[in-house]
Amino acid sequence: MRLEYPSNVKIVRVPCTGKVDVSHLLRAMQQGADGAYCVGCLEGTCHYNEGNLRCRERVEHVRNLLEEVGLEGDRVRMYNLSSGEGPTFAAYAKEMTEHIKELGANPLSQKQKAAA
Amino acid sequence: MIVAQRKPFEEIMNMLKGYKKVLNVGCGTCVAVCLAGGEKEVTVLNTELDMARKLKDNPIKIDGITIERQCDREYLAELDSKVDDYEAVVSMACGVGVQFLAERFPQIPVYPMVDTSGLAANQAVGWYEERCRSCNQCVLGMTGGICPVTMCAKGIYNGPCGGTNNGSCEIDTEQPCAWFMIYERLERQGRLDNILELHAPVEWLDQTPRTLVQPGYKKVDPEDLV
Ligand code: SF4
Ligand code: SF4
Repeated sequence: MRLEYPSNVKIVRVPCTGKVDVSHLLRAMQQGADGAYCVGCLEGTCHYNEGNLRCRERVEHVRNLLEEVGLEGDRVRMYNLSSGEGPTFAAYAKEMTEHIKELGANPLSQKQKAAA
Repeated sequence: MIVAQRKPFEEIMNMLKGYKKVLNVGCGTCVAVCLAGGEKEVTVLNTELDMARKLKDNPIKIDGITIERQCDREYLAELDSKVDDYEAVVSMACGVGVQFLAERFPQIPVYPMVDTSGLAANQAVGWYEERCRSCNQCVLGMTGGICPVTMCAKGIYNGPCGGTNNGSCEIDTEQPCAWFMIYERLERQGRLDNILELHAPVEWLDQTPRTLVQPGYKKVDPEDLV
């Protein structure tokens, strides 16, 4: 299946979304990413039972941390799909890209550019 | 183990508002196990602080190091050559660790980054239940292994009080009555006579600073040998 999704999305593969840590998402934002999202299996179908549920909790936590720090929490999101849903994957990538475009660039990366 | 909770971010930002170069010291023992102050949590806090201060156009340089145990001098030694490069040191250890840091480096301000909440057991990932308040007069032997100091809202030694309500404590129907649980367990073990024995009220041995020397470990004063 050849599917197109926005080229600005960089994929980081993990064995299970349960592997994604709060620090990974936070650091992505610290280093200037405009947004970050996790795509996990459908809830209730995790091979490791609750990896995607743990990820959801962590995403929720990161969203709160970002708000505390002074960034929009909604720059980080969680999506779920089943492994056979390529088109849904592409649709989520598009949705997230559009959503982030609305929010604008990460103010931290602008500050870094200004400092350089 | 000792459990603690990260302090609210706003409180932390306030404590550090005057500093530009800070060292964050994590502890690899209890607070790492209870996910409050180990290496990972040091990284998360430092990342947050870095971002928040940059956004305020008041950057802070914050480094992190996690040592094996902050309540042990042996492990603090590795910080000796480092701390003087910083304006302040923050600690993610329990209150004991923070005090040990402050004592070893009296020349430098030390700030706590967690609130130490007690002695607890791990019930599930990230979930801790307090089980002991280190009263220094353990009564678990007479209470069937259930701690009335911790689990009873009044901490009484001769319960239940008049508020016991079909197994719940009067403070909340969701809160089991410790003395009801104690009764049930003692009954099962055929030891109900324990509950009839009156016990002297607690001496509040935990209200003054305590030191503990285990038998066989007392240091002999050379003067006493003469
Ligand atoms: S009786 Fe005292 S020492 Fe024993 S578990 Fe309770 S608080 Fe801890
Ligand atoms: S109801 Fe039970 S647990 Fe609550 S204060 Fe009274 S004796 Fe303690």
